[in-house]
Amino acid sequence: MMGRSIVPEAIARQPWHMLVPLTGLVSLGAAVLYSAAGGSLQPYALSHVVRFFIFLVMAIVISRISRDFFRMAAYPVYGAIVVLLVLVEAIGAVGGGSQRWLNLGFMTLQPSELMKPAIVLVLARFYETLPHAMTASWRGLVPAGVLIGIPALFVMIQPDLGTALAICFGGVVTMFLAGLPLSWFIGAGLTAAIAAPIAFFTLLHDYQRNRVLVFLDPESDPLGTGYHITQSKIAIGSGGFLGKGFGNGSQSHLQYLPESHTDFVFATMAEEWGMLGGLFVLCVFAIVLSWGLRVARKAPDRFSSLLAAGMAATVFFYVAINLMMVMGLAPVVGIPLPFMSHGGTSMLTNMICLGTLMAVNRWNRRPGSLA
Amino acid sequence: MKINFKRFFPQRHVSAGTLRNSFDRRSLVVGSIQGGIGVLLAARLGYLSIAQNAKYELQAESNRVNLSLIPPRRGWIMDRNGTPLASNRADFRVDLIPERVQDIPHTIQTLGKLLSLTPIAMQDLEDKLERARRFAPVEVASGLDWDTFAAVSVRLPDLPGVVTQRGFSRFYPLGPSVGHLIGYVGPASAEEYEKDRDPVLITPGYKVGKDALEKFYEKDLRGKPGARRVEVTASGRIVRDLDTREDVPGKTLKLTIDAGIQEYASRRIGPESAAVVVMDCQTGDILAMCSMPSFDPNSFSDGIGRLEWKMLSDDDHVPLRNKVLRGLYPPGSTVKPMVALSFMEAGLDPNESVFCGGGLRVGNRVFHCWNRRGHGSVNMAKGIYQSCDVYFYHFAQRIGMDPIAAMASRLGLGHDFPLPVSGQSYGTVPNPAWKLKKYGKEWQTFDTVNATIGQGYFLVNPLQQAIQASRIASGRVIMPRLVHGHEQKVAPSLGISAEHLAYVRQAMSDVANGPGSAPHSRLPFPDIKLAGKTGTAQVVGLNVGSGKGGLWKHRDHGHFICFAPFDNPRYACSVVVEHGGGSGAAYPIARDVLTYVFDKQKGMDILTELEQKWGGTPKERLEARYRTYSAQYGVGAPAVSPEEENRKIQGAEGAQDPAQPIVREAASPAPEPDAAERQPSATQTTSPAPTPAVTAPNTGGNPQ
Repeated sequence: MMGRSIVPEAIARQPWHMLVPLTGLVSLGAAVLYSAAGGSLQPYALSHVVRFFIFLVMAIVISRISRDFFRMAAYPVYGAIVVLLVLVEAIGAVGGGSQRWLNLGFMTLQPSELMKPAIVLVLARFYETLPHAMTASWRGLVPAGVLIGIPALFVMIQPDLGTALAICFGGVVTMFLAGLPLSWFIGAGLTAAIAAPIAFFTLLHDYQRNRVLVFLDPESDPLGTGYHITQSKIAIGSGGFLGKGFGNGSQSHLQYLPESHTDFVFATMAEEWGMLGGLFVLCVFAIVLSWGLRVARKAPDRFSSLLAAGMAATVFFYVAINLMMVMGLAPVVGIPLPFMSHGGTSMLTNMICLGTLMAVNRWNRRPGSLA
Repeated sequence: MKINFKRFFPQRHVSAGTLRNSFDRRSLVVGSIQGGIGVLLAARLGYLSIAQNAKYELQAESNRVNLSLIPPRRGWIMDRNGTPLASNRADFRVDLIPERVQDIPHTIQTLGKLLSLTPIAMQDLEDKLERARRFAPVEVASGLDWDTFAAVSVRLPDLPGVVTQRGFSRFYPLGPSVGHLIGYVGPASAEEYEKDRDPVLITPGYKVGKDALEKFYEKDLRGKPGARRVEVTASGRIVRDLDTREDVPGKTLKLTIDAGIQEYASRRIGPESAAVVVMDCQTGDILAMCSMPSFDPNSFSDGIGRLEWKMLSDDDHVPLRNKVLRGLYPPGSTVKPMVALSFMEAGLDPNESVFCGGGLRVGNRVFHCWNRRGHGSVNMAKGIYQSCDVYFYHFAQRIGMDPIAAMASRLGLGHDFPLPVSGQSYGTVPNPAWKLKKYGKEWQTFDTVNATIGQGYFLVNPLQQAIQASRIASGRVIMPRLVHGHEQKVAPSLGISAEHLAYVRQAMSDVANGPGSAPHSRLPFPDIKLAGKTGTAQVVGLNVGSGKGGLWKHRDHGHFICFAPFDNPRYACSVVVEHGGGSGAAYPIARDVLTYVFDKQKGMDILTELEQKWGGTPKERLEARYRTYSAQYGVGAPAVSPEEENRKIQGAEGAQDPAQPIVREAASPAPEPDAAERQPSATQTTSPAPTPAVTAPNTGGNPQ
């Protein structure tokens, strides 16, 4: 295999069948951001592409890290991010307002974002070390629940419901794949189904209840909370099959579409590129996520497979919630679309997930060599 | 009791192999769910962009495109020679739509600073906002210069609800001179919008006619609004014009008015409270119709501010009442030519004389002539040109009231006319049937006597007096006309004998040019003679005031009706000076107006000199007064309720206004009963013969 090609081995062994479509998606994202900025590389498109390549390098670096290092780093990384979450909370309290980020100079960092891959990592490590026989016992449930609960609670009080849900989702999928008894999940699901309506009418604040109601009927409040959903649907629907053409999206250019370069970037894209562009986006995500899942299934050991599957699930959660939101299938929660929305932290998180998947992919190729 | 926890966590056989199997199965499930959601999203995408495409395309288009109405340019109002009386001026304006404003106090503050509004203007703006319907635009300022306009325009994104516009505003070049004639425009009120659901009414900058011709011809003057399709951002900023449909300007309205005469007459009135009507006595064209003091219609178009309101309502000269149409006055001696015509038609020989000794006993009272020394022997001509009351007292008793009332009616008194105005008070021509119906009382001889000198129940408006003069001058049924361009049809004859008319015209000429009561009313032209008749109407009983001096509102009204040239009548004119102290206040105005009609330069020379004494043109005096008021009251003027404002402007209930009390007692207004008692010699009252009455201290109607 080596020397068979003039392409260096380090490059040739990258998963190009996933990276090429992904680069295509980022390029489409850059084009949309270029258009959203009124036909200008600044301030979105250029930084979007630059960040992608910087973080791609980072992902490749991550993919070179050995499995043992991942194992060793799992708890310290998790602990450090929990400390950061507490720190952000403390700074926010001192500053007299809610703060979610730390200013690193070149970008602002949201520790809650980093927690999304970290929770998967720490749970994969936890279930690897847990004796197999205990998986179905309380010792397989309670520590994992605490590991998820601590960061979820901190993020929730920030308050950032979307990220808290993402952390829980990543954790729960990892637990599910770790082989916890199915009946627990079904029981928890039933409990949630019963508790949700009760919580809706008793625990939620009026404005939160209002948000849910508006989601169910966005036209009831066309200028308030329903405005986002309504305008997003107009943008997507008016695009038709082929779209209005590059640079011709009136909804985004005339600022009817809110957050046209971040959370609602898909609507901006669909307006100009139509359903065809939307299907392209869905296809690329299908390729990337199915690749991720294949990597997980091919993984030789419990840690790698749980890690890979959890990372894929985290990326999937972003994609699914964002697309459902912009198409009016979910309430408005501030979750960006991976690889398309403008924003450093989201790109960082997703590239960490991708880098981890690439690392597992590398471990798969040389079974045992680094185990 | 020992709980067996193991029951809750049943031990299964768990090994690396079973876990691997479970992972394989469950990852497949997770993958399928993910795939399923992917398919769901694709389906949703297809539904939105294919099935619902038409609906959302329409919505995107209605987001993007904003259709705004362009208020139509209002039709011009021109005088008979094409001089504009009301035109449109291009201007820059700023409006506010209350329902779109987020923070009203902040917005007003910002606008106040940008537009440098005075505290008075700010107060008026707040008043207007308080009254306005939420959707109806409120004018903040108009007639702005480009820099100010631009300063507001660039801040529009921060000032939601503020609308800047290049548009047209109504302009009245003659200002106060045409206030009552033309009316004014203003934003449509809620009631007006209720009645007429035309969306142009709530377009910022659109004004509807509020009074007089502007209101009467609203439909014709309005025109059709244009439309402009623009691409706008979500915050309302206009990105570009898509297409524009031009507005269709309203129709031009051409009047019979002569702008020069209208302005001259208004200015010549000076500080008096007066009305002047000038007519073409052959065609009925109204050449001038002025009521002064007036308001400046230019300053009314943005609504009437507190201070303006206070200024207008404090004025006892009632600037808001159109005295030409709504002012009712006892006509005084100006009815005498009419009465004389009725006498002749009833068969009286104009040469039959009566001796005037200064008064005549009627019943148990003595009715005095204005000239207490008496006129001696008086025939009809002398009765007119010397305005001898006794002549008319005497023969009226012989002829009776009905022929007199019939003649008054034929000459236009007591009628309203088909004119495009918003209200006419037609007054009263009394007769026995009318009195019985109105008061349930029998007609008395003294009622006839009062009526023949234009007192008692007699009430006319200045327009009727001008028509009366025109009909006497032409001998035809002249109908007044205000709108130019109707077919010229020779008016039918009145059916009054030409001989009679000639006699009366000669007598009226003698008023000015002969041995008459108003020699100073002669025109300053050797070849043009004026024929006229003076009149002085009492306002209060002589026990209250003499009518000549004292309190302004107790002074007599001064009247003058005339036509010129005497030998070939062309122009008729009537003047009423409220509380002018007698006809001496009225005829100089008529004389100067007719002087202007025949020789503009000569007329202007006279006026320039007079205006220097008065302190400028009416516009200048109005502005000076406003400055005094703003210095004196500032923002302290009381608020005006819209109902009150409406009532005052639209209503102006003519004679019913308490500011103008009119004596309408059944008793004779002029002679006092005690005067009769002091005259024991005047006892042969049953005799219709002239009474050589002695001078009495009090006089009745007293034409000069």
